[in-house]
Amino acid sequence: MNANQNPIQNIPPKEVHLVHKKKNSVPHILLRGILFLLLVTIAVAFLLPIVLTIANSFMASSEISANYGQIFSGVSGTRTFIAEKVNLKFIPDQVSFSQYITVLFKSPDYLLKFWNSVILVAPIVVFQVIVALGASYCFARFQTKFRSIVFFVYIILMLMPYQVTLVPNYLVAEKLNLLDTRWAIILPGIFSPFAVFILTKFMRRIPSAMIEAAKLDGAGEWQIFTKVCVPVCRSIIWSVVVLIFMDYWNMVEQPLVLFKERAAELSPLSVFLSKINTGDVGLAFAVATIYMVPALLLFMYSEEYLIDGIASQSGIKG
Amino acid sequence: MQEGTVSPPQKHYTQKQLLARQKRRMRRERLRTLPFLMPSFIGVLIFFVLPFLVVIYYSMIDNPITKNFVFLKNFSALLNNAAFKLAVKNTISFSVIAVPLAVILPLLLAIVLMGNIPGRSRFRTMFITPLMVPVASVVLIWQVVFHYNGVLNEITSIFGAEPVDWLKSQYGQIVLLVLFLWKNIGYNMILFMSALAAIPKDILEVATLEGAGPIRRFFSIKLRYLSSSIIFVALLSLINSFKVFREVYLLTGDYPFDSLYLLQHFMNNTFKSLDYQKLSAAAIIMSLVMIVIIGAMLFVDDKFGGDIEE
Repeated sequence: MNANQNPIQNIPPKEVHLVHKKKNSVPHILLRGILFLLLVTIAVAFLLPIVLTIANSFMASSEISANYGQIFSGVSGTRTFIAEKVNLKFIPDQVSFSQYITVLFKSPDYLLKFWNSVILVAPIVVFQVIVALGASYCFARFQTKFRSIVFFVYIILMLMPYQVTLVPNYLVAEKLNLLDTRWAIILPGIFSPFAVFILTKFMRRIPSAMIEAAKLDGAGEWQIFTKVCVPVCRSIIWSVVVLIFMDYWNMVEQPLVLFKERAAELSPLSVFLSKINTGDVGLAFAVATIYMVPALLLFMYSEEYLIDGIASQSGIKG
Repeated sequence: MQEGTVSPPQKHYTQKQLLARQKRRMRRERLRTLPFLMPSFIGVLIFFVLPFLVVIYYSMIDNPITKNFVFLKNFSALLNNAAFKLAVKNTISFSVIAVPLAVILPLLLAIVLMGNIPGRSRFRTMFITPLMVPVASVVLIWQVVFHYNGVLNEITSIFGAEPVDWLKSQYGQIVLLVLFLWKNIGYNMILFMSALAAIPKDILEVATLEGAGPIRRFFSIKLRYLSSSIIFVALLSLINSFKVFREVYLLTGDYPFDSLYLLQHFMNNTFKSLDYQKLSAAAIIMSLVMIVIIGAMLFVDDKFGGDIEE
């Protein structure tokens, strides 16, 4: 295409600020003030549930039941209750660690469920990334007809909801006698095409000059892959790790379907948590907070990578 | 040129031979990258593609033992199934509202944040934090908020409204919508922010110089550059809207109020009764619907964004 006819194609990368000068008229400042306040409100509302969960985890059981007695009393037909007001509090009357002590040292059940989550999610994250790196390398290095078709199938699979993919997963698990074992969740998780999509999009942007240079230096495909591609992708790998981790740390559908007789024993904490809120609610808040910690830590460490990673998947097409 | 003329020590090849040789070398090089795909390819084949063929087969037989071919009978039985119809209705009515909101609200937020707002990255962090919080962890707080004796009713009662049992009434879907948006707005907002940042500034400046106001600039220029992202976000939100089952399950268990009975509930119950025919037919219908939607979106993407290079 002629460059003169298509002004979009030859834009210099530098931004030139010609028109975007700050306007300082009174209504403009007012508008910005209102927008700012609105943003603050939304942001606070967004963080509130998290803060409340953490705050409540430090309340003694007696305080919890005094505050939410009517809600978590385990009676399902709540309409029969005489409405007593709920007391939503930010700051506990008395900071108490007793729930944490119970969770961590006295009732191994919760820790066991936490471990169930870890043992399901860790292999999925690690191996999905490894398997996907190879596949993305293949998709990104050359684009043949075969590869385009396979990649397209991957995208379709990625876009299929669990309601669809769980049926084939179930059939395979049944055939291979994996039902009621962790492998029923781990194996399909490892081969889930989600990571392939993001990684391929990123790898296609690696300048071919870089690969050519490595080739001239005598690097084979394996060396190009491990010494050029993977290091270049380091930041995107981090963000993929975070995204996969969150998806599976949250898993509910798979354990419900793929675990049967041994469900009580194998279920991850994400499923188990909903079952304890009729018992000791103070404990439930503590467990909920503990369950949040790995996710929030990961987020704090990798926020920048995560944002870059999300931003890099701007469209469906490669 | 002739083969084997000897003046330089190397052989001479015809143009054709050279081309063929290069082609062969290219093909060999391409083949060498194929092993990298194999683990993934085989895995996807075993765990997704091949069993899906079995699913197609199962959807057309009467049962796995006698294996009589009944063609579309399972599908018509499914479409007459009351539970399936309820699940479809609820899922559609949720997605139809949730997906557009999950596109529009983050887009507005992104536009506001890309303006001259102080503390942009702080806000970005706060908006994306819900994504990083496990659903199961905040479910307790949601229960406190939406319970009959909960916080929300307390607030509305100040304005004289009758208390509502949010999770066990027609309003259940509204609760769901709030939880869905809470979790997904940040992610979508980041996608839009990066798309907005990628719009060439010069074009906007030219438009401004030529007298286009902010609204005109938005609809005539930005929206065209954003079209790809909008479609991607819509598709992503659609898939995520199917995942609100997690919230519903954790809040209300296996048997929710009617308006919260979703497709995944139907699938779970069918898995429990091990009705392969029903399961397979449902999976096929859903995948066909998804494929149609994906196709339509790709088509729209081509139509509106096709002339804009990324």
